[in-house]
Amino acid sequence: MTTNARNAKDAAPHAPLLAVRGVTLQYKTKEHLVTATYRVDFDVHRSDRFILLGPSGCGKSTLLKAVGGYLKPIEGDIRLKGETVTRPGPDRMMVFQEFDQLLPWRTVKENVMFPLQASGRLQRKAAEEKALEYIAKVNLTPFADSFPHTLSGGMKQRVAIARGMAMEPDILLMDEPFAALDALTRRKMQDELLALWEGTRFTVLFVTHSIPEAIKVGSRILLLSPHPGQVKAELDSLPRDANGADVTALEQRIHAMLFADAVEEQRAPEVVS
Amino acid sequence: MSRVMEAPPARPEVLREPVSSSAFGIVEKPLSAWERITNVGALRKVALLVILAVVWEVYARSLDNALLFPTFTATVAAFFKGLFGGDLFAKAITSLRVLLMGYAAGIACAALLTIVAITSRIGTDLLELLTSMFNPLPAIALLPLALIWFGLGAGSIVFVIIHSVLWAVALNTHSGFLSVSNTLRMVGRNYGLRGLPYVGRILIPAAFPSILTGLKIGWAFAWRTLIAAELVFGVSSGSGGLGWFIYENKNQLEIPNVFAGLFTVIVIGLLVENVIFRVVEARTVRKWGLQS
Repeated sequence: MTTNARNAKDAAPHAPLLAVRGVTLQYKTKEHLVTATYRVDFDVHRSDRFILLGPSGCGKSTLLKAVGGYLKPIEGDIRLKGETVTRPGPDRMMVFQEFDQLLPWRTVKENVMFPLQASGRLQRKAAEEKALEYIAKVNLTPFADSFPHTLSGGMKQRVAIARGMAMEPDILLMDEPFAALDALTRRKMQDELLALWEGTRFTVLFVTHSIPEAIKVGSRILLLSPHPGQVKAELDSLPRDANGADVTALEQRIHAMLFADAVEEQRAPEVVS
Repeated sequence: MSRVMEAPPARPEVLREPVSSSAFGIVEKPLSAWERITNVGALRKVALLVILAVVWEVYARSLDNALLFPTFTATVAAFFKGLFGGDLFAKAITSLRVLLMGYAAGIACAALLTIVAITSRIGTDLLELLTSMFNPLPAIALLPLALIWFGLGAGSIVFVIIHSVLWAVALNTHSGFLSVSNTLRMVGRNYGLRGLPYVGRILIPAAFPSILTGLKIGWAFAWRTLIAAELVFGVSSGSGGLGWFIYENKNQLEIPNVFAGLFTVIVIGLLVENVIFRVVEARTVRKWGLQS
């Protein structure tokens, strides 16, 4: 297929929002050139809750960073609404795993307002209204004027999510946003995220290494094998009201696929080109 | 052996209702007046200053030699006499004006150099090279050269002050920029910030603790350099600064005045450190939780 034909296809009504085609990613450490992913393909459609799932070393975070524009693929391309991704931008808001992603010198409200103003999208007044609206959505209205260092980890992540959503990006990129939380807070945050999604139907690309989290949060799951990351499978997740037996069955099926990789990994040496 | 194999005993579930806090006395108790007073940092420092002044007074009285070591009260008396009757106030203003000119110019140069340093690799090399070359060079050693270039006036002193401020501020700011967390950098770029807006809105606030340290060190270096340079000559004939005031009074054996001059330097230092820098810290790094 020529590039033009592909462009035409991407612009069609049912074209995917995000198209990742044959993406190979490499990064340099001090001694090695590491291939993080090898010829990965997937499509994310509007209102998908798309999960990148895999063990550590499968390049899922690297892949997310490439979609974020922080990293250039050495092969293949990443297109958002038909446009090749070349650098970071506010149309792809990131929610990071780290708690230190909020600007410490700004209050909760100012943190949410900042990207709205910095990108020139809204004036101060409108940005403030929008920020308060999304802070209310994550139930943090009483803390709007607090500084981040006074919040708990879960609250900081909720601010980061509000900040990402307030920008109303084409796609929200989440890099294991709940991984550093305790188990109880984590479950609560997953429920809140789903409730938020019910309200606005935003598109989200979500990286995790937890199978239960992938099944619970995701609507579609991309399974990656490690060293280097390659697409193993792309599955539909289960609806939220699925019965426990189905969830367990899917969990075991995914676990078996990942476990098969672990055995393979012992035979094949690490790919370093 | 059989005891090892024994399973732990079966125990019933325990369910309890938490007791209302009104049932057990105090949950929060206000601190006593003494605890609250000792919690005020300013008061603790004032107490220390009083003790130091008393030690000075006692030692000077026991020495009883006004030419070598005047008493605290004599120094304070000379200080106020100089301030209201003499020319101490005018000298201090002269010194401060030169100092602020040099300090501001030094910070501007440092800002320029660090921005070049973080935007390019060759700029980083340049900063590292220049800092390692010139930072160890005492500013006062440049004074003879400055006198040839800029003549006997404020220009020479401003030049040596710039030299003393520039490297300390640039070094601290640059290391502050380097230690900004990668997550915050990515957040900034995520918003589409690049170039100067990126430096101004992300790097500078995030590196502010280091920048502030650099500014404090630069301020102290500037003072030292200024007074030392003024000891060599007055800023311009007739209107020298504090260093000249000290030197003149030493020649006339007005030792309490010498002490009053030194005392002025100390008082200004205390005020700047404990009022200006403290307020800046409270409004920025402490409020943001970057520094406890």
